[in-house]
Amino acid sequence: MSAIYILWLRELKRYTRSRAQIVASLGQPMLYLLVLGFGLGNVFQRAGYGSYFQFIAPGVIGMSVLFSSIFSGLGLLWDRQFGFLKETLVAPVPRIQIMIGRTLGGSTVAVIQGTLVMLVCLIAGFRPASWIAVPMVLGFMVLIALLFAALGVAIGSSLQDMQGFQLIMNFLVMPIYFLSGAMFPLTNQGKILTFVTALDPLSYGIDGMRSVLLGKTAFSVFTDLTVLVLVGAILLVFGAYRFSKIEV
Amino acid sequence: MIRVRNLKKTFGTFTAVDDVSFDVDEGEIFAFLGPNGAGKTTTIKMLTTLLKPTEGTIELDGLDPLTHQNEARKRFGIVFQDPSLDGELTAWENMEIHGVLYHVPHKVRRQRTEELLKLFELWERRKDQVKKFSGGMKRRLEIARGFLHTPRILFLDEPTLGLDPQSRNQLWTHVKKVNEAEKVTVFLTTHYMDEADRVAHRIGVIDHGKLVVVDTSKAIKEQTGTESLEEAFLKLTGSTIRDESANSADAMRQFAKMWSSGGKR
Repeated sequence: MSAIYILWLRELKRYTRSRAQIVASLGQPMLYLLVLGFGLGNVFQRAGYGSYFQFIAPGVIGMSVLFSSIFSGLGLLWDRQFGFLKETLVAPVPRIQIMIGRTLGGSTVAVIQGTLVMLVCLIAGFRPASWIAVPMVLGFMVLIALLFAALGVAIGSSLQDMQGFQLIMNFLVMPIYFLSGAMFPLTNQGKILTFVTALDPLSYGIDGMRSVLLGKTAFSVFTDLTVLVLVGAILLVFGAYRFSKIEV
Repeated sequence: MIRVRNLKKTFGTFTAVDDVSFDVDEGEIFAFLGPNGAGKTTTIKMLTTLLKPTEGTIELDGLDPLTHQNEARKRFGIVFQDPSLDGELTAWENMEIHGVLYHVPHKVRRQRTEELLKLFELWERRKDQVKKFSGGMKRRLEIARGFLHTPRILFLDEPTLGLDPQSRNQLWTHVKKVNEAEKVTVFLTTHYMDEADRVAHRIGVIDHGKLVVVDTSKAIKEQTGTESLEEAFLKLTGSTIRDESANSADAMRQFAKMWSSGGKR
């Protein structure tokens, strides 16, 4: 247990110490929120969907949780190259504890990051349907963070170096984001898009947040929760399996 | 303390370590020498449970690391060829994580961390992030960390690579001190023959995966009829240069060095 705790604490310390990075990682969500949120606002309104700023805010929160959780898992690659991974792998601690510590740490960081973005959204003028929604959103953030931190660990365990990183970014992380309905409604879409977006686990996370924040949902809160918990559990097992196979 | 019998490791058709047998006694400092790619690091990796041997047996303090992995791991410390510290954390925090991972009780952990950091002359800098340390300081911290859980054996894989003579000298003085004070067995590899000559009680030379000789420095010199260990080494292993192909990890390290401030390792 103490091994899990100390590795969790390590992730947190690393996060709080890189203040420049915290600010930088707020930049991208802000661009989406402010530029798209206000830029497409008029069109969206005229199409009869209401405020685009309100619509995109949960999407932007989901985006920041996605990015920081998946990158925390991929941080494994850096630890592999700069040695710290070996220090943990030769320790008399079961690998599963090391994996859990890292994943929990990465998820915690991602939830903090998501909360920061939510605060910025609130400051920028976002208003949830009710304030009770805020703690419920936190729950969804935790599920999204765990799911993608586990996916990140699974990928990070399989890659040997950073060359694969760009590939993962362009062919996995960005598609997960763009196909999640973070920026457009999932209802009334073509067959192919409906099918593909339904395969994206982030769709359910963002739909869940949107339904508690705004009361609008494409699936249903129950479906959202079920999918997130199931896929999350599968990915945690898969990530732990991949992590146990690492050789240094 | 270390007992190796007919150890063999093959990667596909390549035999990295071929039928190696040797013993290291308790409290001994044993230097394992060999040209690049001779099988030093592969042997250390097998001894420290990071690689599974293809054939042969290993005993560490009477334990088979294959069947008693965690017990064996508690009994040894290791300092890797390349750094394995977390640069974002402080020296103290790096020690703290190690202590927790090796189940060192809280009180002992604090006390021993203080002792070791003082011994290795890092106590004043304990609250500084490790990324601000010089190469020599990082190495010292890693070795201090390796001693934290009072291991019976300490493995040092080229610990002085890239250090200036002052740091190297200081580092070995500290290692010898702990070796004598705590009766820790030290198993080291190095490319600096003078170090091996000065520090090690006995020396093993490996080449092309095979153990060429195991003896004291004096005996090896007499055997080969040479004046210095360096000459003896060259006589035993020839003077052809072994080129190791760079792998992606080396490329990454190169990249990281390029970007890290001051270009220090």
